[in-house]
Amino acid sequence: MDITHFVIYMRYNLMILVSVSLLEEDRYDSYSRMILKYFLAEGVVCRHELFVATAQDTPDDILQELPAPILDDVAVPKPVEHSRLTGELQESLDAMKIAWRYQNLPKVQSALASSSRFGHYYDVSKTMEVEIRQATKCHPFYLPDHVTPPSTAHRVESYSALLRSLQEVIHREGFDLAAPMSKSRNILRVGLHSLGSVLWGDDLCCHDKPRHSHALTTFLYGLRALLRSSLSVAVVTIPSHLIQDRALMGSITRLCDNAIALESFKGSERDTNPLYKDYHGLLYVRQVPHLNCLASQLPDHKDLAFKLKRKQFSIE
Amino acid sequence: MFTELNSILNTSPDSFTRGEFILVSDRHSDASFLIHHFLSFYLRSRCKVCFLGLVQSFCHYSAVSQRLGVSLTQAKEKGQLVFFEGLKESLSLLIPQENNTESEAVNFLRDPAVGLRSLYEFVRSSVNSSGSVEEGAEEWGPPVLLVDDLSVLLSLGVNFGDVLDFSHYCRAAVCSELQGNMVMLVRCNGEEEEDDGDEGTEALLKGLTHQCSLNLHVQGLPTGYCKDIHGKVCD
Repeated sequence: MDITHFVIYMRYNLMILVSVSLLEEDRYDSYSRMILKYFLAEGVVCRHELFVATAQDTPDDILQELPAPILDDVAVPKPVEHSRLTGELQESLDAMKIAWRYQNLPKVQSALASSSRFGHYYDVSKTMEVEIRQATKCHPFYLPDHVTPPSTAHRVESYSALLRSLQEVIHREGFDLAAPMSKSRNILRVGLHSLGSVLWGDDLCCHDKPRHSHALTTFLYGLRALLRSSLSVAVVTIPSHLIQDRALMGSITRLCDNAIALESFKGSERDTNPLYKDYHGLLYVRQVPHLNCLASQLPDHKDLAFKLKRKQFSIE
Repeated sequence: MFTELNSILNTSPDSFTRGEFILVSDRHSDASFLIHHFLSFYLRSRCKVCFLGLVQSFCHYSAVSQRLGVSLTQAKEKGQLVFFEGLKESLSLLIPQENNTESEAVNFLRDPAVGLRSLYEFVRSSVNSSGSVEEGAEEWGPPVLLVDDLSVLLSLGVNFGDVLDFSHYCRAAVCSELQGNMVMLVRCNGEEEEDDGDEGTEALLKGLTHQCSLNLHVQGLPTGYCKDIHGKVCD
């Protein structure tokens, strides 16, 4: 199974609207960052809107690294060709006598006519073209740009600011489920990078008994509440390898709908283990969602390894 | 509801023991299906149900209940079900806004130190409202309190002692005083042998096990993951 199959499986779950997916980062945040970029790139290709929150690199840094979609089966009209295409189509429409049902469809094929397709391929050796990326509306949240009051024992103010900012975007841009149906609806893809790390003002990764032990779980509860009442889906990455308290990780996992963890072989003894010579790391399925149903659709296997190639993120 | 489970527990919607506190717990598995079972069971028994749905939206519970043959929307309209949607109520406190009224039942989100007294008051008023029946309204059976799930309160910063106090007061009101039933779900992290100190879900589970009449514990298979068999239930 390659990433397309797994990501389609996970995307089916990741794309269950109103869900929160947890991605436990690998040690150097290389592969987890890659999956986050796949998630956001898919949003660009499907013409969803994006909300990206970071505390270290700017959201723009992440967006600039999005992999290039492989669109060999879709025409991508350049701006200079637009009028010529319209002229050609105009002539053919006049001749549309048999295909008259198609007369009222848009004349020009959109740049990324992929909204009806589920799942795309990406070339990680190239970055997405600026024109394609900039066609997508992105709402960035870069923590250093937000002034937050000092945190208290049970509240980390950066999480409160993030929750408030996300709610404002949901209300303002019409992703609220309570919004009138007359407006055309879209989906908001929310990517939250490295929550729980020190850069967010949290001490989960620093101490065995953190002072803010409930701040992240309270945030995730609020995030779930927001998502359940809006047309959005979120992926949250967390440096779980730095969190010592396993019970706390269990609580964090349960407050998300989907949870997978990545273990990279880089820098570990498994890098030279002949058993793993064909792979870059292990992938653990910690939790699968069961929204609106009694039980989860479980994968056949939970012992999975991954390998990142140029056009494939293989998972076997 | 699951008729096999009713058969094992020797109970049915027409005949069940009153005044019971049923504790549902899980480890390395998901016991929420039992909450759905008991929700449909007590609604079919024509009990007055107060459901604290703290971890999922009303739509989720409603969709599952529909498949189990019970309409939560109709039960709400008829006054049989009082549904508390924790996620929705929490937003008013987690993201305070000028024009929004804050839900007092979840005031522990503002400051966990205040405890769960307001949530208990909500439960109390919900189960007691079966006493003041309007003329022409249907009469319902004994009150039932369902909580999904209690351990999320610990994740929201509530002290473990306050959660135990809450369950004790609810049991006194619902089970002892009103001769109704109570079902609460607690989800455990990690292994049973691990000591996570005085607080945490393990300590909560031990305290509640001491209070309950029946404990249904769901856990994963000791042999590991299996796609076809999700786990085992023991009491």
